[in-house]
Amino acid sequence: MPIELYRIDDRLIHGQVVVGWGQPLDVAFIVLVDDTVAASDWEQDLYRMGAPPEMELFFESVTSAIARIGAYQSRAEPGIVLTADIETMCRLAEGAPGITRVNVGGIHHREGRKAKLRYVFLTADEETRLQALANRGIAVTAQDVPSAPPVPLTEVLAGAGL
Amino acid sequence: MTNSAPDSADPPCAVVAGHADFAAGVISAVQQIVGTGHVFRGVNNAALDAAGLEHAIAAAVADSHATVVFTDLPGGSCTIAARRVARATPGLAVVTGANLVMLLDFALNGAAAAAAEHAAEKGRAAIAVVEGMEGARAH
Repeated sequence: MPIELYRIDDRLIHGQVVVGWGQPLDVAFIVLVDDTVAASDWEQDLYRMGAPPEMELFFESVTSAIARIGAYQSRAEPGIVLTADIETMCRLAEGAPGITRVNVGGIHHREGRKAKLRYVFLTADEETRLQALANRGIAVTAQDVPSAPPVPLTEVLAGAGL
Repeated sequence: MTNSAPDSADPPCAVVAGHADFAAGVISAVQQIVGTGHVFRGVNNAALDAAGLEHAIAAAVADSHATVVFTDLPGGSCTIAARRVARATPGLAVVTGANLVMLLDFALNGAAAAAAEHAAEKGRAAIAVVEGMEGARAH
């Protein structure tokens, strides 16, 4: 079964991911791809506490994720691949060509970012990176929870959802 | 939430951090029931990234001299952020799965030793499945 969701979410493991998506997709595992978290036992313990015991949690750097993505994609159970930022997802997509869809789930306000949706704020550089993902043939949409309609990247960048 | 910071005569304070209006709602319920909603400082996670939420909780803890942070969802962003704050704040407890009974207990007994543990136990004990109409009097 392919990975059900490749998600960019700056909160990483949290309610929307574990409950909001995890339950309807019957997610059995999450692959958290982040170089900082992958290098810190404390960070891993922190996020492990956030996932229910029946949900496996794997921590990967971008490099190790690229090496193991095929194994995750070939698992029988549905899973989620999670990054905290656009740059990490771009690096992953460059090394893992099997990624065909990316979900922008939450990129919140920060200095220098402009509002695009209620839960998506982007710098000009981040807009360019998302467009680059789309130019690779990846379907990029924004959607915070399953019950919300996915917003195509063109509409996100236009700020049409505000 | 705009509760003012306590002075030395005020009871121990706590921060309530949750999704959307969870904190505001449950604090207003405490206020309605026992009139001491002011011991809580609420934090709403909406529109904040992980770093922003951690900053908001840290600021609320510092402003109120809180000894406890209550969060709604054990695996939620507020809990993750509160644990980061607790790591840097000696003596600060984080209690997850907050409910009204838990907060009422803290509002009334926050000065007691092990107030966080006591409130958590009260909150756990309040959860029950109440049977339906079986056994009710026939009309």
